[in-house]
Amino acid sequence: MISESSSFVKGMVLGGAFCMLVTLLGHIKVGHGTKARDHEHHHIQAPDKEDVLNLSEGERMELSKSIRVYCIILVKPKDLGHWAAAKETWSKHCDKAEFYSSENVKVFDSVALNTKDMWVMMRKAYKITYERYKDEFSWFFLAYPTTFAIVENLKYFLLRKDPSQPFYIGHAVKSGDLEYVDGEGGIVLSIESLRRLSSVLEDPNKCPEQGGMIWKLAEDKQLAICLKYTGVFAENAEDSEGKDVFNTKSVGALIKEAMATHPQQVVDGCCSDMAITFSGLSPNHMHVMMYGVYRLRPYGHTYSDALAFLPPEGSDND
Amino acid sequence: MASSKSLMNLLTFTFGSAIGFFICYLLFSIILEEQVKIQPHVLHNDPHGQHSADIDNNQLQGQMNFNADAGQHKDEDKNIAEGLYQKVKILCWVMTGPQNLEKKAKHVKATWAQRCNKVLFMSSEENKDFPTVGLETKEGRDQLYWKTIKAFQYVYDHYFDDADWFMKADDDTYVILDNLRWLLSKYSPEQPIYFGRRFKPYVKQGYMSGGAGYVLSKEALKRFVAAFKTNKCSHSSSIEDLALGKCMEIINVEAGDSRDTSGRETFHPFVPEHHLIRGYLPKTFWYWNYNYYPAVEGPGCCSDLAVSFHYVDSMTMYHLEYLIYHLRPYGYLYRYNPDLSKNPEEQSKNEVLEDNQKLKQKISER
Repeated sequence: MISESSSFVKGMVLGGAFCMLVTLLGHIKVGHGTKARDHEHHHIQAPDKEDVLNLSEGERMELSKSIRVYCIILVKPKDLGHWAAAKETWSKHCDKAEFYSSENVKVFDSVALNTKDMWVMMRKAYKITYERYKDEFSWFFLAYPTTFAIVENLKYFLLRKDPSQPFYIGHAVKSGDLEYVDGEGGIVLSIESLRRLSSVLEDPNKCPEQGGMIWKLAEDKQLAICLKYTGVFAENAEDSEGKDVFNTKSVGALIKEAMATHPQQVVDGCCSDMAITFSGLSPNHMHVMMYGVYRLRPYGHTYSDALAFLPPEGSDND
Repeated sequence: MASSKSLMNLLTFTFGSAIGFFICYLLFSIILEEQVKIQPHVLHNDPHGQHSADIDNNQLQGQMNFNADAGQHKDEDKNIAEGLYQKVKILCWVMTGPQNLEKKAKHVKATWAQRCNKVLFMSSEENKDFPTVGLETKEGRDQLYWKTIKAFQYVYDHYFDDADWFMKADDDTYVILDNLRWLLSKYSPEQPIYFGRRFKPYVKQGYMSGGAGYVLSKEALKRFVAAFKTNKCSHSSSIEDLALGKCMEIINVEAGDSRDTSGRETFHPFVPEHHLIRGYLPKTFWYWNYNYYPAVEGPGCCSDLAVSFHYVDSMTMYHLEYLIYHLRPYGYLYRYNPDLSKNPEEQSKNEVLEDNQKLKQKISER
């Protein structure tokens, strides 16, 4: 009897231990699954029309001119086609736009960073930007060469947000525990975030140049890690309907997806009316976007917008 | 006795391990389910965040509902466009065929066709479901002119009183009806006139490109239909647009100038990219010799208030629909404002412009 019960108990213990082992191994897989479905990132929205209309005419004018956006475009010589297109198209709508290049190029002016590493480029670009422009601009937008941005929609989005607060906005993605803004969709930092970033960049323990232990982390993730140390967290930007306004794909790619997933409501389900960025565009597409966004329109549809933005001077494609 | 005892032991051992495994599994599955149920973290104290409601994908219901996106357009004032819709009645007929209904015509129907006062899809055979009108012809490029004649005849017979203007388009043409109405509002439907992308060869007054679409006034349609009854125009031709253009000249229907008030073309025989990108169309291409007015490439190619584009595939139909009717730059004051000197509403825009100029000056002076 005793030997039987003891063998029973032994059996139970072994069974339990085996099960625990199997579950733990499985949990690592399951854990990733739950984390991917986790919906923890912060959402941040464009202002409501009522928010804006409550302001007086004078206040609106003040706001209109007080939101100044500085654009950083990270480029390399191999991106010359996209560089030229960005220069001739959307970047003209930034209050100031500068191209930060891995190395000097004869054809165009740029800020030469003398490195090919994307993370080092990003660090240097932000550092230089903070040093030179911290008193001149309240918002800083960083883009990659294939990104197209509609600065007016960015300004509207930022309208009622206080730049002395730590904002870090864009197309937010979660990877394991880390929430970061996908560089492809463009990265927006308020002056406060940039200030905190520039100080943590000096700390090689929290924010080293050689990030990642074994393999390299992408620069947009590195940025998120550094910012996290300073208490700045990524937020996903959305319009009043919950649609993303920073897009990491082109309009064409998003339309194709919409045609496949909801063919009865292609345009409606695709993209926001107030979209700020699209990415993965060819230089030709950028020129088409200029026409499609800033010129082509249906006669007889008017909007009572609370802000007014003038077209840039000396330009013929917008 | 001993062997049966050890067998018993083995059995109880196995049984025990099964029980142990089972209990442990139950425990773990309960624990893991708890984890999955954790709600998204709503930040109540976040000074600059509000948790938006989950996007409900409840839009997969049926036909395209143009009012579905009313939320994003609540700032939009369509009074002028709606006024023109009532004033300038346009019947559109789209040249298609049985093999293209699903591939092409369907996307026309889902996008711009709804904005015509009346739209008809013309095919060689009738299709009650789509629906298409059956012209009882064959299909093929050489049948195009015959299909065109029969289509206009059908429109004349059934819908002549229902519209002022009659627009022909292909199933790979994208038409911006609001801009077409603006163009036509300056003319009377009683005038014998037609508009499109004007080409110069072969016909003295020029003729209109078939693919870019063309629109006949009421009077022009009347004369066109009559011309075949009286044999003024011939029935056989393999080049639809040229043949129609020749007929128009014979019956004294004027080939109109469809360019905007800045002289920019409104009807386009290609997609925007082909016109906007310098050097896209090689200089040896037929197009450069065909255009009635000096052809322009680059931003000057195309009016802000363009009416049509051609060779538009299904994806580009939706792309254009999005760029034209949805995506816009908030608060942007367009450079081209054809009504500026006339409209009293535009006066305040002028004031805003002046204000902004002053502000910009102030900023630059700082």
